[in-house]
Amino acid sequence: MTRSEGLTLFTAAAAFAALAALPFVTEGFYLTLAVNMALYIALCTAWTLFSGPTHLVSLATAAFFGIGTYSVAIGIEILPFPLLILCGGVAGALFAALVGAATLRVSGAYFVIFTLGLAELTRQVVAYLQTKVFGSMGLFVLTDHGEGDLFRYLLGLIAAIFLVGWLIGRARLGFAMRVIGNDEVVARHFGIEVARSKVILFMVSGAFIAMVGAIMAPRYAYIEPQSAFNPTMSFLVVIMALLGGTRRLWGPLVGVVPFTIVADFISANFPDHFNVIIGLAFLAVVYLLKDGVTGAIEQALGRRRRAASVTGEGRA
Amino acid sequence: MSGPILEVASLSKAFGGLVAVNDVSFALAEGELLGLIGPNGSGKTTTMNLVSGALAPTAGEIRLDGAPISGLSPSVISRAGVARTFQLVRVLPGMTAVENVVAGAVFSRAGLWGVAAEATARRLLGRVGLEERAELPLSAMTYIDQKRVELARALAADPRVLLLDEWLAGLNPTELQTAIELLKEIHADGMTIIMVEHVMDAIRSLCDRCVVMNTGAKIAEGDTAAVLADPHVMAAYLGDE
Amino acid sequence: MEILITGVLLGGTYALIALGLTLQYGVARIMNLANGETLVAACFGAWLLFTAAQISPLWGLLIIAPLGFVANGLIYAGLLRPLVRRAVTQGALEVDAILATFGLLFLFEGAMHLIFGGSFFNYQFLAVPFELLGESYALNRVVAFAAAAIISVLLAFFLYRTRFGTAIRAVAVDPDAARLVAIDVEFVALFAFALGGAITACGGALLSTFYTFEASMGGIFMIKALIIVIMGGVGDVRGAVLAALILGVIETLVASLVDPGLTLTATYGLFVTILLFRPQGLFGGAAG
Repeated sequence: MTRSEGLTLFTAAAAFAALAALPFVTEGFYLTLAVNMALYIALCTAWTLFSGPTHLVSLATAAFFGIGTYSVAIGIEILPFPLLILCGGVAGALFAALVGAATLRVSGAYFVIFTLGLAELTRQVVAYLQTKVFGSMGLFVLTDHGEGDLFRYLLGLIAAIFLVGWLIGRARLGFAMRVIGNDEVVARHFGIEVARSKVILFMVSGAFIAMVGAIMAPRYAYIEPQSAFNPTMSFLVVIMALLGGTRRLWGPLVGVVPFTIVADFISANFPDHFNVIIGLAFLAVVYLLKDGVTGAIEQALGRRRRAASVTGEGRA
Repeated sequence: MSGPILEVASLSKAFGGLVAVNDVSFALAEGELLGLIGPNGSGKTTTMNLVSGALAPTAGEIRLDGAPISGLSPSVISRAGVARTFQLVRVLPGMTAVENVVAGAVFSRAGLWGVAAEATARRLLGRVGLEERAELPLSAMTYIDQKRVELARALAADPRVLLLDEWLAGLNPTELQTAIELLKEIHADGMTIIMVEHVMDAIRSLCDRCVVMNTGAKIAEGDTAAVLADPHVMAAYLGDE
Repeated sequence: MEILITGVLLGGTYALIALGLTLQYGVARIMNLANGETLVAACFGAWLLFTAAQISPLWGLLIIAPLGFVANGLIYAGLLRPLVRRAVTQGALEVDAILATFGLLFLFEGAMHLIFGGSFFNYQFLAVPFELLGESYALNRVVAFAAAAIISVLLAFFLYRTRFGTAIRAVAVDPDAARLVAIDVEFVALFAFALGGAITACGGALLSTFYTFEASMGGIFMIKALIIVIMGGVGDVRGAVLAALILGVIETLVASLVDPGLTLTATYGLFVTILLFRPQGLFGGAAG
């Protein structure tokens, strides 16, 4: 570990400790907002784990989230909550493996289309199974976990996502993804199993998203397909992550924090205009902020540095 | 006495109605440097793509040290021990020279990682004369230097057979001389090589043996000097009259 | 048999929607995720014409199709062409196009929601029984199918028998080669995108005669159209028509024999099968 990495780790740990204490000092509206923020930070970072290096826009977030939620709903009478979060992760990974194996071998556009309807598809299947096979529409998740507990669980998960992301970056898988991102043909010709690497990464990302869904299950109390598989979530994640920038794992952070506040304000005050504003936000990201806020900042810094080095050489 | 390291038997590849490679057979002994020559469009690069797994053959078989590799994916073939350079140079533009060469060593037959991979990469970059530019991103390198990185990357894979697809094309006379010397050294160290090439001087001074292709079929094979003097080969290059 | 015919009748309208999309994706190389919104807008257009001005949806096509053409042409020229021009690779364009058309999808869906609200709409047009092979079907479905068939045939005639149609197909196969034989690729792309919009709008107007519609259904229809396009092979007119009929039949089968709530599942089942076994489309030759 280098010195700067150590420093980053220390700062991050201190920030997490401070945030973990937060639920004791605030409650109500701000705590709910904090949970929402943590929720989307976890989702967007897990999303970026896969979609950042592969440039494949995944719209499967809501499907994985719902799978995690349902894992808890099904098992809450039998197993303790923390264990169910892990079960949700495993279910998410397995689901990602199935979807990835079917779609990641062919062109990227097909993957996007497939994930686009995945939440709706899973919702239909779950609704069908519940009504026709099990005979009830929803499931109860009654726990004594309050918003503060959910917040701490989410913080722990965010830390885990960053840690895993950092480890992948240092491992062969991360290096393979960089090679694939540069030239898939070269990657293939030097022994990289391109499809398999993508599927593994998709599984990691899907597992984390499902775990977020599992953690959030107690908030809903009554789980039914319509609320667990909410396609809007998939789009919100894409737009927040892209707004922040997906070149760095921490890029989405920059997008989530302001966007959650704005989205909260809009859905409270102009609920009918929500889709219009999401649409405009998508267009703004594509046309104005191609690499997100962090990308734009890095580019500006790079330009200044280059300018500085040019003038430096001029003087020498 | 072991068998040939690479064997190509009755290999054919058709794209729809166009037969690009038609019933081609040849074999390569360990440590040999074989020239694969012929006019443009004669099927040389397609043959290379079949050996490296970029394409799957329509018929025929390719064996590496006795084991069939035809139709396998390029990644599997790479781990079996075939490495290549590309006709139109393919580098990883967003990565440094060292990282480019490390990329050759990690997942291929070499299977190196970490310190060992980086040491190999630096040694090979030294070998192709790029030790001072090891930290440069490839997008900032000249065409010639990119070609050198490609060769170092292929060597880093520790291949049993190295495929060079017009690696000497586009070099000026001085660079060409250096490059020929470099290939001679690599060959002298025992590397088995197939080179697709148009530069006749290089073929004469490097290749032990040549296979000549024309319109998809093999038209001659043998000692380089004898093959180049063959009237059929001259006709193929210069036209029938 | 009844299921089969109902399925084929539904598939006729699907075919038009998918033909519109395949023109946009196959020729203009833009995966237009907002295509479903053209469809929904056309549904509302036909409804407005019928209820407010007593114009039959069939005559309404003469108004709706040109509007679809102009609107999609403007979207392409104003929003999408800049993306085509700045794209370094086909992959980069694909990502940009997907995100931009997502934006449009939300924008238009939100706008229609604001105007028409979230309730369901339908109107009574030719809602009389029609006897066919001993069973009776709603006449509006039969008429919609016939109109869709006529429009498809006209489109096929245009693409395969006219000079400009041949140019469009040339761009679909290879834009670079088309440019070499002096085809104005940018104009052809613009025209194909606009024409695709017009065809989809026709599909929407016909759909509204027998289908209960609402502001937010564009997304699902777009997914169906995309799956049809992939099944048929991108840019392949005959493939799209056949795939649409297959999808119509399978959906009707699942809805009437298993559960109406599982139609999208059926569509996806078909999609996965195609991806696994024939990713190049039903009629595509081997890749390469």
